[in-house]
Amino acid sequence: MTTEILLAGFGGQGILFAGKILAYCGLMDNKELSWLPSYGPEMRGGTCNCSVCISDQPIGSPLVTAPDLLIAMNQPSFDKFAETVKPGGKIFYDSTLIEPETTRTDITLFGIPSQQLADDNELKGGSNIILLGKLLKETEICTLDTMKKAIERVVPPSKAHLIANNFRAIELGMNS
Amino acid sequence: MERNLMKGNEALAEAAIRAGCKCFFGYPITPQTELAAYMAKRMHKAGGVFLQAESEIAAINMVLGAASTGVRAMTSSSSPGISLKSEGISYLAGSDLPAVIINVQRGGPGLGGIQPSQADYFQATKALGHGDFHVLVFAPASVQEMVDFVVKAFDKADQYRMPAMILADGLLGQMMEPVSFPEITPCAHDKSSWAADGHKFKREHHIINSLYLSPDQLQSSVMDRFERYEKIKAEETDAELYLTDDCDILLCAFGATARVVRSAVNDARALGIKAGLFRPRTLWPFPVKEINQAAQSAKKLLSVEMSMGQMIDDIKLAINCSKPVEFFGRTGGVIPTPAEVLAEIKRIGGAE
Amino acid sequence: MAVVFERPKSFCDVTLHYCPGCTHGIVHRLVCEVMDDMGIEGDTIGICPVGCSVMAYDYFNCDMIEAPHGRAPAVATGVKRTNPDKFVFTYQGDGDLAAIGTAETVHAATRGENIVVIFINNTIYGMTGGQMAPTTIPGQVTQTTPFGRDPELAGYPVRVCEMLSTLTGTALAQRVAVDSVPHIREAKKAIRKAFENQKNKKGFSIVEVLSTCPTNWGLSPLEAIKRLQDEMIPYYPLGVYKDIDAEGGDK
Repeated sequence: MTTEILLAGFGGQGILFAGKILAYCGLMDNKELSWLPSYGPEMRGGTCNCSVCISDQPIGSPLVTAPDLLIAMNQPSFDKFAETVKPGGKIFYDSTLIEPETTRTDITLFGIPSQQLADDNELKGGSNIILLGKLLKETEICTLDTMKKAIERVVPPSKAHLIANNFRAIELGMNS
Repeated sequence: MERNLMKGNEALAEAAIRAGCKCFFGYPITPQTELAAYMAKRMHKAGGVFLQAESEIAAINMVLGAASTGVRAMTSSSSPGISLKSEGISYLAGSDLPAVIINVQRGGPGLGGIQPSQADYFQATKALGHGDFHVLVFAPASVQEMVDFVVKAFDKADQYRMPAMILADGLLGQMMEPVSFPEITPCAHDKSSWAADGHKFKREHHIINSLYLSPDQLQSSVMDRFERYEKIKAEETDAELYLTDDCDILLCAFGATARVVRSAVNDARALGIKAGLFRPRTLWPFPVKEINQAAQSAKKLLSVEMSMGQMIDDIKLAINCSKPVEFFGRTGGVIPTPAEVLAEIKRIGGAE
Repeated sequence: MAVVFERPKSFCDVTLHYCPGCTHGIVHRLVCEVMDDMGIEGDTIGICPVGCSVMAYDYFNCDMIEAPHGRAPAVATGVKRTNPDKFVFTYQGDGDLAAIGTAETVHAATRGENIVVIFINNTIYGMTGGQMAPTTIPGQVTQTTPFGRDPELAGYPVRVCEMLSTLTGTALAQRVAVDSVPHIREAKKAIRKAFENQKNKKGFSIVEVLSTCPTNWGLSPLEAIKRLQDEMIPYYPLGVYKDIDAEGGDK
């Protein structure tokens, strides 16, 4: 089985970082995986997205055009990618910033005020990780233990003091 | 073996260092920049040389200088930069110098775009500079192959005394995949019979040169090289054959496109269409024997490329136009999707 | 019988292809004498340009590399960076160094590459038959400036030593000439100093040698020497344009 995940938002929201954590979850679980960023001028503050595939089989195209799971962190991303989600798929979005307008009835929406939660809990820049926590709770992507190990791998040694905050953000997302 | 997650560009760099590359000369260009950045960080610690050159032209000539002394040398760029390097590559070939050149392709012509492309196939396999010559061209389709092929490229370049190219693309360069680094023992090639590294008064002086003003001499030097090419054509071709034993339709694709096509082949099989995939791992020499084997049961072939159709010419030549060869392509940085390829398989009659 | 004059050991015993009266032979000899005097031929790698001295690899007895047009300083960079204990020199003409290879020259200098550049300035493209060079003097007639170089049309010449002397990475920039015995002695001293600089890791050293091209100037060898003295030296004054030793040592 292959799970295709698309993460999308503004540059600076930690889209690629959140995608990296998911990719490392696959690595920790000894699965096949790929991580592909959008690159180019849009990296500098425009829209930014990231494709992650996790599978038991070798990954074909690493470019996700019809995601099983979508994390949307701004309105343009939600508007653009909600239509591409596979039937039965799930969208995780920041309800602080997004009005979830869609005619789709064959997908499930999980909106949480991740930006607000990050601000309230003094987790600056933690909105992306809070959404990851929600995704972890609502899917079979991996265990909490795996995700914690992934975070420990992804956070660079120079920022090791931020690992605890990321764990808190995951738990916030899981409990909201 | 330990699996790491690495970007293709970074994996190329790490593999080169492990393969005994002692110097890297580069110039920034998207989408290969991470490779140079990685080299800048690692090369010094590895006891090698990293230098950002003033231009692609200078970079390839620094490679030429280092390679002349028998040192393993590499440069990397993306399409427009490779055009600038082509002068130096021709000189490398004409001087029988080994070196590794990476092309993380982007869309062209001109400044083109910065998204993935395979439109430099002709350039890499037919005309990587002026004159009668070839370079070895390896086409990885995964980050792991980027590692494996860099190691191989250095060895084969040394063995045959010729430049080798890794023809990748922006998608492979930018993506991360699990990768493991095998224990690498670079093959030791004795270069003492030709390297210009100072004669110490112990031998005649060595001359690294591509100039022959006598047509007879030039002809004979080129012919010597082409004799070597014949050996390479016989011994160094490499391809992956996937579900080709009973296929009615044989898809042909290399690099990142082959991943998309592989998905489409699986989807076609699920629908009962007997599709198979021929994926050349070497583009020069082109795997002629392998494609003929793969195409044995096929009624039609379909070349899928991120270009307007370049490898298709080699396919037709390789099978001597014995079967129809159709084409499906995307260009300018557009990546074909498995659904598009599947639709094409159905369209050209795979469903019969 | 005492030997008072002989071919330097690092000069190959072959017939040179240069035209009668051409001063390339003198400069080759000076480079070889310096290699012999320093005993470094076995540790030296020379880089030839494209131009009249394209075949200098057959004349210098050290290991030699033939570079693409203008790229000798880049090739030298690749050699020197991977072989820092070897001596590396380029031997380039004015078209090679100051037109097609300007970027390579300037950047090798500004990086302070620890190499020697021997720069032959004869104000003309010799090998291709006498076209305008970046150093062709205003008014000078060449194949591509048949009415004399008109700066309005073709711009002004490049004064290489003056230009490179502005760069921090340059250790030595000196212009010499090979028109007379005193000047030839001076030229040898400059070349020796350039190689000593490399030995002492001082950085980029360029010796510009004003030379003749009787064939393409349409002059006899003696007339050519006279033109060098009367027209070239006033336009390209001899002297040391930069010497970090004179400036108090390291850059």
